[in-house]
Amino acid sequence: MSGYSGFIVGFLFIALIVACIFATIYGRKLIKTEKTDAVFGNPTKALGGWHWVVTGVSFILLTWFYFSWDAARAFNPKSANELCQIAKLDYAVNPIRTVFPIDDNYLRGTRLLQREEFQLAGLEGKIDALGLNEDKKAYALLIIESMREAMNSLASDKNLDPTVRENIAGIEERINTLTTNMADPSFPGAPTAKQIELAENQGAWGDPLNEIPLHPASPRGYKFDAAAKEMRSIALDFGRIRNTNAAFLAQVEEQKSRLKTFNQLTESATGLSDSEISERNDFSKTLTRVLRRIDDGLIFPPTALTGIEAALVALDKEQRSQQGAVSLYASLMMPGGSIDAGTSNCSEQGSGRWLPKPSDTILTLARISDPEIGYKGFPLLWYKMKPVSEMIGFIVPDFIVSLVPGEFPRHDETGLTTSNFKTSVYNFATGNFDLFSVPVPAGHIWDSLLRVLAGLFFGILLGVPLGLFMGLSRFCKGFFDPLIELYRPVPPLAWAPLILTIFGINDDGKIFLLFMVAFAIMVISARTGATGTALSKIHAAHSLGASNRQILRRVILPNSLPEILTGIRIAIGVCWGTLVAAEMLAGTTGIGFVENVARKQSDYEIIWTTIIILGLLGLIFDLIMRWVINKVIPWRGKG
Amino acid sequence: MSDLVSDNLNMVFNVSTGGTVHALKDVSFTLKKGELLSVLGPSGCGKTTLLNIIAGFIRPTGGKLELNGEEIDGPGVNRGMVFQQGALFEWLTVAENVAFGLEIKKTDKAIIDKKVDEWLDIVGLAGFGHVPTYQLSGGMQQRIALARCLINDPDLILMDEPLGALDALTREKMQSLVLKIWKETGKTIMIITHSVEEALLLGERLFVMAPRPGRLHKEYRLPFAEQGLTQDLRDVKATEEFGETREEILTMIWNMEEEIMGQV
Repeated sequence: MSGYSGFIVGFLFIALIVACIFATIYGRKLIKTEKTDAVFGNPTKALGGWHWVVTGVSFILLTWFYFSWDAARAFNPKSANELCQIAKLDYAVNPIRTVFPIDDNYLRGTRLLQREEFQLAGLEGKIDALGLNEDKKAYALLIIESMREAMNSLASDKNLDPTVRENIAGIEERINTLTTNMADPSFPGAPTAKQIELAENQGAWGDPLNEIPLHPASPRGYKFDAAAKEMRSIALDFGRIRNTNAAFLAQVEEQKSRLKTFNQLTESATGLSDSEISERNDFSKTLTRVLRRIDDGLIFPPTALTGIEAALVALDKEQRSQQGAVSLYASLMMPGGSIDAGTSNCSEQGSGRWLPKPSDTILTLARISDPEIGYKGFPLLWYKMKPVSEMIGFIVPDFIVSLVPGEFPRHDETGLTTSNFKTSVYNFATGNFDLFSVPVPAGHIWDSLLRVLAGLFFGILLGVPLGLFMGLSRFCKGFFDPLIELYRPVPPLAWAPLILTIFGINDDGKIFLLFMVAFAIMVISARTGATGTALSKIHAAHSLGASNRQILRRVILPNSLPEILTGIRIAIGVCWGTLVAAEMLAGTTGIGFVENVARKQSDYEIIWTTIIILGLLGLIFDLIMRWVINKVIPWRGKG
Repeated sequence: MSDLVSDNLNMVFNVSTGGTVHALKDVSFTLKKGELLSVLGPSGCGKTTLLNIIAGFIRPTGGKLELNGEEIDGPGVNRGMVFQQGALFEWLTVAENVAFGLEIKKTDKAIIDKKVDEWLDIVGLAGFGHVPTYQLSGGMQQRIALARCLINDPDLILMDEPLGALDALTREKMQSLVLKIWKETGKTIMIITHSVEEALLLGERLFVMAPRPGRLHKEYRLPFAEQGLTQDLRDVKATEEFGETREEILTMIWNMEEEIMGQV
């Protein structure tokens, strides 16, 4: 991301705000001053209003610039780097913070005690299902009770081991020192040469392969980076503290041996039912797991960690005040998410992530528009040189070879084959000869276009005549209606797997699918048009001496044109949608294919680029059709 | 021999609810070349059915219909038709509409152009040739329909309430135009109308038809069309004779309507 495009984005952003405000003010003023000569409900009230178009367009663009954080990046490209350092500290504090009721309702110890007690109580309730005699039942209950005692003993402050107490105090001390350091303007001192070098060579926010620069590059950044480093070490040490003591460990060992004895009792017992065996196994497994968790020593007396908690709160307060303006900037300009730090990188989270920045999208579009780059080794829209011989070979049918008299030559005694006339004709018909090449369009966009146009072409070519005849002849209507009404209501995409399986994933299948879509629409619209011809016009043409054929061509067809053209317009839209989905299902070229690959790679910029291309092409199709309709049938609705 | 001869024409329609409707019963008449006939009657008396049969759009269920000694079997160029709403081809310009019949006959382009210009001039639309028809008013559209029909030089011109949808002023102008064309071309013209005044003005002969079953009720021979060629149409209407005939026919039709109401 160069500063140059950042300048453009910033300028555009401000220009759009100004445009939006002025268009709105202008519109408001017009409403107040305009003498409204139309009552509510009169459609003329909706005429005009270009200024509201300006407001609407600016509003959409502003939303895009704002929620994709493009504006945030344009006005302060370094903010992300600083927020990344702040996020690092947040990420480092996390392991300690989860112990305390900050993001959670309970202290971690409270939660553990509740959970294990729930487990033990559950086991007590199930004890009758184990098929134990009274002695053994008492033994099992003893194990549960002893375990409960051992667990609860950890919650007592007087059982806290002095070494553990000392370690806790040490952590508290270190956090407090860090808090003091954060407040100190000279912390952590001047950056080292290595730090400066890393900061200078790390690129900017939005560079490809480097979403957000990771290394600190500002005084505040250095401070938070150093604090995060220290915090990681503190968290590591905190994680090593285990609340155990000699009496507790002895009790744990005793329960372990008791459990072993209980298991042996089960193994040696006979005449147990299947459910009793499985219940006993569950019972001892659950107890073993509970014992192992208690043994982790993560349960502390209720007030043992309050010092650390207070230190954390103090640190949080201090680091917040140290964040200063950049956090305000983030809450203003980076809506819908935040910058998060992981173990080795920082990334945008929320709308900044899935909504690509307009500038990036345009740059991506420009990048993949370059025919040298393209997408998956194929340009978006370019040309390639195609030998004319291939086209001739495609057009000339191969069967003409069999019409040529004679046989193909056989090799002679020396092993050579001499060409004859039949060979030449064969080479000509298959395009196997040298002639000049001509440029033809090629690329993902062209492939998609070609498929739609081919499907549409055949759909119109066959659908319009059939539709007209269906509108005029009882036989045609009765014979073909069931066929069309049988396949038309099925969503085109439901046909796709079948048709792509039969015709293959190349163009044939997709073109046939689109043909089916266009054909049904064209038949129905041509039929409506033919049925809607005014009888008096047909009568007039008859009186003027027109034959049936002439009436069809000169009266019914032009009279049906409005319906036919509307049908084409609808068919283009439906074909376009079906094509993209079909390309996603199968194939190696086309816009739908590009989008599907980008989806698999979570490449949001390419996804949005294809969406924009598809939208623009759809719009262009529609504009062309509207223009054609205005040119070809200006009488529409005026007959 | 260029007469329209109708001999005991009968038309019975089957109705979808079952039963039949006798639209025309024993209609017999002879229309000589160059005559101007108007047909008048209350709604449902079979006027339009009669016209459609003569035009060849539908076939009668009984009786015979001959034009110039040949039985009418389907539509043909020798009978031109003008419809109530023009029935113009709105995808063609004025000139193309007028030229339609000649184009069908594959007439030479130069002749077509010349004839189209002539006819546009006659109906008072000179210079409108390139205009699309949908941009014109109802009266102008009817003039085009007239020119489109007449350029084909038909023996018989059938008009189905041609002036019904026009305003009073335009209507009067068109009535003069029809009379003028009748005089100048000497064509046989048959006009169906709802308006008694129009029937009197545009009818050398006038058939009053009666409904249920549709039949010829009374025939008049009238002098007003001849008078209309030389005098102002309003003067013709103002004569005593015109007023008396109008009242007579109005009473006749009024009584027919009453009778129908009574039957229901």
